[in-house]
Amino acid sequence: MLDQVSRSVPDRLMKIASTLAALLVLLVFLHLTTGLLMSGLERLSWSFIRLEPLHSGRQGGISFVLMATGAVLAICLLISVPVSFGCALWIQDRSRSQVSRGRKWLQRCLDLLAGLPSIVFGLFGMTLFCHQLRMGYSILAGGLTLACMILPLQVRLASDALERVPDEYLRGAAALGLSRVRTLWHIVLPTALPGLMAGLLLSLGRAASETAALLFTSGYVTRRPTSLLDSGRTLPVHIYDLAMNIPGGEASASASAVVLMACLLVINVAAMHLAGRWRQTVSGE
Amino acid sequence: MSLWLPDRWLTTGSRICVVIASGLAILMIGFILIEALPALRQSGLSRLVGDAAWLASAGRFGVTPLLAASLAVTAGALVIAVPLGVLSALFLEVYAPAMIATGYHRMLELLAGVPSVVTGLWGLSEVVPWINRMQPPGQSLLAGCMVLALMILPVIALTSAMAVRRVIYEQRATALALGMRRDTFLVRIVLPLARRGILSGVVLAFVRAIGETMAVVMVCGNTVQIPSSLFSPVRTLTANIALEMGEASGFHRSALFLTALLLMVVIAATLLMPEDQSASPGGRHA
Repeated sequence: MLDQVSRSVPDRLMKIASTLAALLVLLVFLHLTTGLLMSGLERLSWSFIRLEPLHSGRQGGISFVLMATGAVLAICLLISVPVSFGCALWIQDRSRSQVSRGRKWLQRCLDLLAGLPSIVFGLFGMTLFCHQLRMGYSILAGGLTLACMILPLQVRLASDALERVPDEYLRGAAALGLSRVRTLWHIVLPTALPGLMAGLLLSLGRAASETAALLFTSGYVTRRPTSLLDSGRTLPVHIYDLAMNIPGGEASASASAVVLMACLLVINVAAMHLAGRWRQTVSGE
Repeated sequence: MSLWLPDRWLTTGSRICVVIASGLAILMIGFILIEALPALRQSGLSRLVGDAAWLASAGRFGVTPLLAASLAVTAGALVIAVPLGVLSALFLEVYAPAMIATGYHRMLELLAGVPSVVTGLWGLSEVVPWINRMQPPGQSLLAGCMVLALMILPVIALTSAMAVRRVIYEQRATALALGMRRDTFLVRIVLPLARRGILSGVVLAFVRAIGETMAVVMVCGNTVQIPSSLFSPVRTLTANIALEMGEASGFHRSALFLTALLLMVVIAATLLMPEDQSASPGGRHA
């Protein structure tokens, strides 16, 4: 019915309006990406990635920044992945057997965390980790803050992945008298792994693009980080600092932004690919 | 049920994770409340709301201009993004040929994934100079609205598209049986029935916009004042926290926690609103 060509005037007007709206959004998107690429590609080269930052980032590259980013993200995932996987397992146990009050309560808590702005996590992390637990502005404090922030997203993605494991598999495992650990290891994990990985990548992308929560937790310096208690700025913080506080830093900011966007694009494409392939295998069974 | 030891470890382990996650939520709320309490107790609500200036060095902590700026920027962004988002959803689900719709959908997903600091960078280097040519200084409420609108548009468009698609799927046969024109079907049936889904997208967009920090810090100018026009520079609640939390201590830090609390109250009030509407299913005339 909706494909059939309608000749009424209001319908044509709506078609024109919606097409124009879509075109406008597309143009702005192209303006954003090409603008970024044009100003970023001048500075971008292999040495930009490899060299250390000089003159607050105006010259040189971003190697130390990339190291700090990697360290913060690693700590973040190291903490948040086990916790979120545990929560997802617990949620799945509950939802398959009965409607539980505990599950609703956990969901409330996670919704609450998901609704908080990232700057509030930053404020929280700065006061708790940096000041009260005396970690100072450090990679460790930044990673912990980030872990708190992406926890709700990770729990949701992980429990979505576990939920799609077909019921027959679990019933089969129960009929064979497999223990819970064996069921998890031999049945649930192999089936859900691509979905879990896709969720992991999506949350990694979210963590990698975060700025506000890290501004005053992982710190600002551009030195080479040597320990987890060293301060180190991540790529988004580097972009922010170059654009706002360093006169003449725009070219480096754009180049760093191109690097960040390229990383995110790779992560997202990988996640989509995994999710797509996994949907095929699960539904194809 | 099982008494095998690793099974019990698994159960205990996942329980511990749940305790950590829910404990974190309680910890955050408690922490923010406790940290905000000294400011609330010492200065009282009237001074916080009544004072028209936030000037930490002079000991003045009036939240009104910050809150006004936050609400103004968010409202402006919604005014731009809601019509564009809903029209984009109609384009996706109704008017675009299949191939173009797929591409447009992909583009919206990419746009949703652009980090806020990158959107802010674009705003700073493209939007601000453009506004500056119309009326200096360029860093303004309007710039904030435009940048935020770009960030929340994919949220609104993708959520609305999902709602619209479901309603079309459910009601197509009815419309066909009645011999409805396409525009009548869309305006009279699809949009009213999809209203709840669209509204939930708008609520999500509101929460995202009022909590957004980096893009707003970069393009809004950060002058503490109640906005008098679209071109006046403003400082939002979130921007204020980001700008001052580095050197804040004592009462000043407590006041910042109070603004975070205020932000949370606004967000909680927004999130609870649609639940009230779902309690009374009005406007369903299908």
